[in-house]
Amino acid sequence: MAGTVDKSLPMEYQTQQSQMNILGFWVFLGAEIVLFATLFATYFVLQDRTVGGPTAQDMFVLRDVLILTFILLTSSFTCGLAIHEMRRNNENGVLLWLAVTMVLGMAFIGMEVFEFIHYVDMGATMQTSAFLSSLYALLGTHGLHVTLGVGWMLAIILQVYRRGLTHVTTRKIFIVSLYWHFLDVVWIFIFTFVYIQGMVM
Amino acid sequence: MGNGIKFSEILVTGDPLILASQIAILLTSIAIVAGLTYFNKWSWLWREWLTTVDHKKIGIMYIIAGVVMFFRGGMDGLMMRAQTSQPGLEILSSQHYNEVFTAHGVIMILFMAMPLLIGLMNVIIPLQIGARDVAFPQLNALSFWLFFSGAMLFNIAFVIGGAPDAGWTSYFPLAGKEFTPNVGNNYYAISLQIAGIGTLMSGINFIVTILKMRTKGMTLMRMPMFTWTSFIASIIIVAAFPIFTVALGYMALDRIFGTHIFTISGGGEPMHWANLFWLWGHPEVYIVALPAFGIFSEIIATHSRKNLYGYSSMVISIVGIAILSMLVWVHHFYTMGSGPVVNSVFSITTMLIAVPTGMKIFNWLFTMRKGRIQMTNAMLWSLAFIPTFTIGGVTGVMLAMAAADYQYHNTMFLVAHFHYVLIPGVVFAVFAALYYWWPKMFGFTLNEKIGRWHFWLFNIGFNMTFMPMFFLGLKGMSRRMFTYQEGLGWEPLLLVSFAGSLILAAGFAAFCYNIYWSFRYASRDVSNDPWDGRTLEWATASPVQHYNFAKLPEVTGIDAYWKMKKEGTTGLIKEEIEPVHMPSNSGIPFFMGVVFTIVGLFLVFEWLIPALIASFLIFVGLIMRSFDYDDGYYVGVDEVTKTEQSWRGDL
Ligand code: HEM
Ligand SMILES: [Cu+2]
Repeated sequence: MAGTVDKSLPMEYQTQQSQMNILGFWVFLGAEIVLFATLFATYFVLQDRTVGGPTAQDMFVLRDVLILTFILLTSSFTCGLAIHEMRRNNENGVLLWLAVTMVLGMAFIGMEVFEFIHYVDMGATMQTSAFLSSLYALLGTHGLHVTLGVGWMLAIILQVYRRGLTHVTTRKIFIVSLYWHFLDVVWIFIFTFVYIQGMVM
Repeated sequence: MGNGIKFSEILVTGDPLILASQIAILLTSIAIVAGLTYFNKWSWLWREWLTTVDHKKIGIMYIIAGVVMFFRGGMDGLMMRAQTSQPGLEILSSQHYNEVFTAHGVIMILFMAMPLLIGLMNVIIPLQIGARDVAFPQLNALSFWLFFSGAMLFNIAFVIGGAPDAGWTSYFPLAGKEFTPNVGNNYYAISLQIAGIGTLMSGINFIVTILKMRTKGMTLMRMPMFTWTSFIASIIIVAAFPIFTVALGYMALDRIFGTHIFTISGGGEPMHWANLFWLWGHPEVYIVALPAFGIFSEIIATHSRKNLYGYSSMVISIVGIAILSMLVWVHHFYTMGSGPVVNSVFSITTMLIAVPTGMKIFNWLFTMRKGRIQMTNAMLWSLAFIPTFTIGGVTGVMLAMAAADYQYHNTMFLVAHFHYVLIPGVVFAVFAALYYWWPKMFGFTLNEKIGRWHFWLFNIGFNMTFMPMFFLGLKGMSRRMFTYQEGLGWEPLLLVSFAGSLILAAGFAAFCYNIYWSFRYASRDVSNDPWDGRTLEWATASPVQHYNFAKLPEVTGIDAYWKMKKEGTTGLIKEEIEPVHMPSNSGIPFFMGVVFTIVGLFLVFEWLIPALIASFLIFVGLIMRSFDYDDGYYVGVDEVTKTEQSWRGDL
């Protein structure tokens, strides 16, 4: 089982263990979809419960949100480039694009932290209203996922640097890229249904 | 933000019952440590159990934990029955009663039913599909240690800090900080969260195992029914547990960080908890019931010496049940003002579940028809299941009628109903499974005679305990009442119920005695196939060698092993044996379990800075795992040959 290698597939799919890990990660992403769906549902239930505190219109700044979105979308693109280089068996390319993705991820987190500080300064804390509790829960969970993704990417960069592109490392790169794209998709939903809807409605 | 609990408030004091438990816990812990030291068993414990990644051993640890928790939850049940056996008793105070029914409900569902079934799934699924292990053996160990961590946290609540007391459903606003300010309900939020993460990972693990590790020829429609039901249950786990994860996360935020998701004062919505809870909670019932149905299917087919009647309709019905299970949650709170249209919709979806369930009942009956039935204990439990579960089902349809439910809601009628569903539907199944698969796990059968005592005491006790509750409910006794006045006409029924619960407890004691007796005296001379089984787990040794199969079997139809036996192809050719690849043991999952317990405890007590510091250890664990490139090891041909010769005789 551990021995069989199917050379006709891309490297990350060649061993059975790799195939299982990737499938397992897809199933995990299924669970993550349910998790975020629940967070969104809660936000929709509570979004009007501002009890006199700041509302979405008071808080959201279009320019900042666009920058955040731009950073994250670009990082998804660079992550795609890393996979492209991995398929071409170009280790340095992989390392470069993973590092760029990681930096963009850190920029995203940094900006989000500043955004939160700004909100808190204007009196919009988690404890202010149900609307804000659900907002911070949703954004915070996403932000925490991105933070974890950055740390994870760092671990993988180190492993690729030490071991090169093997069955194991390519599988890990592929899985972290799935994770990263997933977080991007979640962000699109946040962008549309939290920010845009909040500013327009 | 909470500023934490002071050291002086940690130990629960003042209640003689709790003091006795504290002393008992202390003495037991000392005895265990002393025993392990005296017999020099620490390194054995570490090597063979704490670091194991063998699915069979992990399964056995789940089962041991589940049996112990059954004892704990059962004691709680007995205490409740004793307290209400006569009007005006004060064995338990009202507060203590609240804590006891909360612990009872949580423990029975999450720390008894779940681990027993997940334990059986662990032991049996890889064997039934002809695999050498689960897809992710280390993750499997981590799942166990997270479950264990959650269970331990929940169990120490009643001696350290104070137990949860808002019921296993923990409805808001009662479960919020305002009405239950002590740490009890923090325990609920944190410990269930930790155990839940473990369960979610088990679900993922089983899905991938079943999809990817089936042996040659084992198509989906040739899988044994227990594997099928476990597969669907795993899918429900992945679909439902994240909802609970989020709900518990909100609960912790509201309680510890003062947010307002469920608290009315900041615009929060308590009903949202009820919705999220039951969106998980109802499917949860099927997560435990479906594998149980699978167990009965296996046992009834084997003991009737026939293949399962209507195999594909069985598969269709479990898929149907799984889908419907997500669409019925509102039937738990018809009376909370959802309105007639919503109530009617959920009334209909609820009643629809009776259709696939009824289908299964008929399939079991038809399987037995004209079979040569063998009356072992496993079969007896399966037979007793059918009528008792039907009572549970019929009363369920009564409860499903929204209008009528205004009469029964939250009465003892409901308590009787769900015990008539859960006890036959889960506990009977687990007992049946233990009698059936015991030889596979341990290499000897449980004693059939003591088993009869277990069976009859438990069944008589069960019906005596819970049948009166239907009538108590109709007479207006609401659930969760810690005492009542004379003259309501409840006394005789409650007394019968108490007596019944003692008989029930005696049945459980007989079961424990049976385990003890069989360990000491039962013949070790059982074949690998004592019941003349039909599925692949019986094709290998009992107890199963750590690599499961010397050569992975090839399947040509349903009931693979039965077919092999008929065709005479059960043998093994010496020349065909190859080295077997196995995963290495690992201490990381155990370490993670310990870390989660510590972080959990700090969070429970709202010591946020220590919790933050300790949670870095979680990342240490994750990094250790990520950088661990241990590729396992090979069991050589010689060793495999020798092991196989020792149980097959010749090769
Ligand atoms: C061992 C025998 C058992 C006895 C004597 C027993 C007794 C009771 C009693 C008296 C209550 C009602 C508490 C009240 O309303 O005041 C109760 C509640 C409950 N039981 Fe059991 N039970 C037993 C086994 C089980 C099993 C096997 C399960 C699940 C698999 C279970 C699950 C529950 C649940 C979920 C509740 C609701 C708790 C709540 O109200 O929050 N019980 N039980
Ligand atoms: Cu339900």
